[in-house]
Amino acid sequence: MIAQRDLARAISAVENGHGSFAQAAATLPETARTAPAYVVGITGPPGAGKSTVVDRLIENFRSAGETVAVIAVDPSSPFTGGAVLGDRVRMQRHAGDRGVFIRSMASREAGGGLAPTAQEAVRLVERAGFDVVLVETVGVGQVELEVVSVADTIVVVTVPALGDGVQTIKAGLTEIADVFVVNMADRPGANRTAVDLTHMVRESGRETPVLQTIASEGQGVDALFAALQSARGGATNAARAVRFEVLRAVRDRAARSALAKLDEPAARAIFASLAAHACTRRQATDALFELFFTGG
Amino acid sequence: MPIKVLVAKPGLDGHDRGAKIVARSLRDAGMEVVYTGLHQTPEMIVAAAIQEDVDVIGISILSGAHMTVFPKLMRLLEEGGASDIVVIGGGVVQAADIPKLKAIGVREIFDADATTQDLIDGVERIVREHGRAAARTKLLQANAAP
Repeated sequence: MIAQRDLARAISAVENGHGSFAQAAATLPETARTAPAYVVGITGPPGAGKSTVVDRLIENFRSAGETVAVIAVDPSSPFTGGAVLGDRVRMQRHAGDRGVFIRSMASREAGGGLAPTAQEAVRLVERAGFDVVLVETVGVGQVELEVVSVADTIVVVTVPALGDGVQTIKAGLTEIADVFVVNMADRPGANRTAVDLTHMVRESGRETPVLQTIASEGQGVDALFAALQSARGGATNAARAVRFEVLRAVRDRAARSALAKLDEPAARAIFASLAAHACTRRQATDALFELFFTGG
Repeated sequence: MPIKVLVAKPGLDGHDRGAKIVARSLRDAGMEVVYTGLHQTPEMIVAAAIQEDVDVIGISILSGAHMTVFPKLMRLLEEGGASDIVVIGGGVVQAADIPKLKAIGVREIFDADATTQDLIDGVERIVREHGRAAARTKLLQANAAP
């Protein structure tokens, strides 16, 4: 196992833009591995118990003889850039274990629930030889889905009584789950939430497990661990992740290419026409799209 | 790049309101603050500081055990090859002990009269003077891929 100090510094270098991923990776000796690391994303609303679930899962994976790295993301202030990274508080039991590496990251300018360089951090801990990587997102709402781009399997942790059955059929977070966990299952409404989720899953023609846990007491976590182990190696998320990445790349490139043409005379003419109320926003959008993307 | 600080409470004292105020104040000053919670041993603090690759370890201590905790912490940092992480402290520390702590490498002790602004200014100054940004850049250049 690579010195944790070197690994930590390599992550910082990428996180802070002191070097490229390749440069940071070159500071770590390559470890022989038989399979890629298994990357599990843990996401869900704030306070649902994501860190506590992670803490318990560390224990399960360690008991199975695997080394575990955790990348835990907490939000940066959009006002000051500062952050309080508090996920470790729930993971103290593993402090003396050399087979566990826990790294907190601030979300900085990223809006998708992860840190801008979380993916690079995952690849660095993988290179350092960790068998399993648990990626914990910030507390998310419905559309922070970036974790799809890094994880093989995604666990959505929720709690009872956050809403009625309609919440479960809304788009976004519920679409990316490979496993649902209703945590704090000793609270009122847990069965109702689990039933709502189970109905939604069945009606979608999926087989996503819906589990109930009391993570603070470890209850139900063995079933979650078993569900993760059975999802492992399956291609549950690979195709989805690739699609997500490619679509994002296309969108970024389209935006860049459009921005590069904004100063062309034809584009200026369209904006001038819009400013003079000579066309509607919709017409201006159509004309700009024509100009930018169909060579018109 | 934001300054990264680990705020820890060693030992058995259960009063963490001060530590939480410190964490929030540093956050509001634009720093990234890893909060580890109560009942930390020096071993846990050093392991966390290394994994998190922080610039500064801030110890909140009210129990009177500072002459035990700080020397152990400094020794473990040295053994872990992490003596370049700056250590500061705050809480209840007798004035007579402060020079002794500084002699073993603790950069600053903020007493009960220190304001949060004193703390922010102190952390920024100490990191500027003793921080590791330069060391990190050198490390990468030495290992730069062709």
